[in-house]
Amino acid sequence: MKRRRLRNLGIFALLAGPNVALLLIFVYRPLLLSFYYSMLQWNMGSSVARFIGFDNYIAWFTDPDTPTVMGTTFLFAVATVGGALVLGLALALLLNRRLWGRGIARTVVFAPYVLSGIAVGMLWLYIFDPRYGLLSTLLGAIGMDSPEWYTSSPWALIMIIIVYLWKHVGYVALIYLAGLQGVPQDLRDAAALDGATKLRTFGSVVLPLLGPVTFFLLITTILSSLQSFDLIKAMTDGGPLGSTTTLMYQIYIEGFQTGRAGYASASATILFIILLVITAVQLKYMEKKVHYS
Amino acid sequence: MSTTVERTRAPQTDRPPPARPAARRRPFRDAHLDAGFYLIMLASILVMAVPLVWMFLASFKDNGEIYSMPLQWLPDAFAFFNYEQVSSSIPIERMFLNSVGLTIAGAGLKVFLGLCCAYAVVFIDVPFRKAVFVVVLFALLIPGQITIIPNYSLIASLGWLNTYQGILVPGLASAFGTFLFRQHFLSLPISVFEAAQVDGASHWRRLWKFAVPMSVPTIAAVGLISLVNEWNDYLWPMLVTDNTDTMTLPVGLTLLQSLDGMQAWGVLMAATVVVTVPMLLIFLVLQRRLVAGLTAGAVTG
Repeated sequence: MKRRRLRNLGIFALLAGPNVALLLIFVYRPLLLSFYYSMLQWNMGSSVARFIGFDNYIAWFTDPDTPTVMGTTFLFAVATVGGALVLGLALALLLNRRLWGRGIARTVVFAPYVLSGIAVGMLWLYIFDPRYGLLSTLLGAIGMDSPEWYTSSPWALIMIIIVYLWKHVGYVALIYLAGLQGVPQDLRDAAALDGATKLRTFGSVVLPLLGPVTFFLLITTILSSLQSFDLIKAMTDGGPLGSTTTLMYQIYIEGFQTGRAGYASASATILFIILLVITAVQLKYMEKKVHYS
Repeated sequence: MSTTVERTRAPQTDRPPPARPAARRRPFRDAHLDAGFYLIMLASILVMAVPLVWMFLASFKDNGEIYSMPLQWLPDAFAFFNYEQVSSSIPIERMFLNSVGLTIAGAGLKVFLGLCCAYAVVFIDVPFRKAVFVVVLFALLIPGQITIIPNYSLIASLGWLNTYQGILVPGLASAFGTFLFRQHFLSLPISVFEAAQVDGASHWRRLWKFAVPMSVPTIAAVGLISLVNEWNDYLWPMLVTDNTDTMTLPVGLTLLQSLDGMQAWGVLMAATVVVTVPMLLIFLVLQRRLVAGLTAGAVTG
């Protein structure tokens, strides 16, 4: 019996060991190290590091750029999450109707989600080109001037938000569509029998039943919005004048361009704490709704 | 929202609608409503598809056609000069092969590691297997951003910058795959495994002869999602490579952008076509499986 237990232990280690070891080395170890780095005055690639306690955090909180970065991060998150949820739900409702060609529409709407963020960013830079772009021509056709998307302050952020929505709305629509399939038809029929209008049925029957799906989407889209990087890198590189630098982008710039790895680690830790709070809220809510069998 | 993860086939989006009573006639107002819905749907399709068509067309236009006013929709000829220009500016063939190799290796190893780990956690009776699963589960919650600086300095100190293993290894561990595979394994009939055990089949054999064949849809879904993610991954490969021998396609694409001051849109669009078309093809052929994987971990009513 004892030999058998030992054998089980051995085979368990062989099968689960590599995966767990990789997680410990490349996920858990860096998580702890990042806290440690955030207390160092240390430049990327340098062998000299000085322990400075919480000075990086103090520097971050007193940096005149911090309100701008946090403002941009907040604006970007609110616009992308709100936009994706509203547009995604509208698309899902539309594509849930029995319309001819909805299969094609579903495919087309979802396709951008699987594409490289860098490629999508390049493609849209071309469309947004203030002189030779598709958009400036379309705007010209209705008598409007194209804004200087690349170089003027609110427009660069708006440009990225539009592209982000184009890329991600299909995912939200898809999850909502799956949720809508779960709304029992007899509930709608019952509401219709009771004389409820379509709008009323949607408000009082469908929307509440979509509540858990909405909550799931809210959390996942916030997390992915706060972590987005590719589009900003491809389209503006954080500019003009830092107006598209989110907290995530700041980590990259400070860590790998300015080289202040300690300071960047403090930024990363702050981002992590924000994400952790959001995830904790999700877990607390989900434990009522989800059974990890 | 119960995560019925074991249900990994496509959400029933394409199931024929339940038969309605024939008596229900559509009033006139509904026809107008339908026309409205068709218009909105058409508009959505155009907004989503035109940029991709535009990219494809632009990749065949010469500079005169790209910078012509008014806008020229179709290229005069479908010639490949932009693609030739791409390949003479950057070693795109090499980058393409790098991307293909790293994507296949990365996704394959992720699925393999995830299967092994999930099997062990579900079917091998050791006292701490719950704890091991918790380690996997919590890894899902740790964002990649916090790991990049420490991982970068580790990879640099190993001398792995500009190597394939430097790009590949840090992302190999499978938390998402392990999680989904575990949920699926829990739904498998335990009697099959007990019978196999009585017949003297080893764990290794039970994993490959019984668990894996019964999990093909889940494996396909996880594999596909991993393929898409690996192919599109940008931040990490960009950090660890600055050498075109090991660089992946998305990184090479940004290289092309900074080649000269003026944007050569035709050339850039040719390169974006090379980056996006493989994923578009995979998506079009296998979209149901992909969708199944995406919705599996997430919702279903």
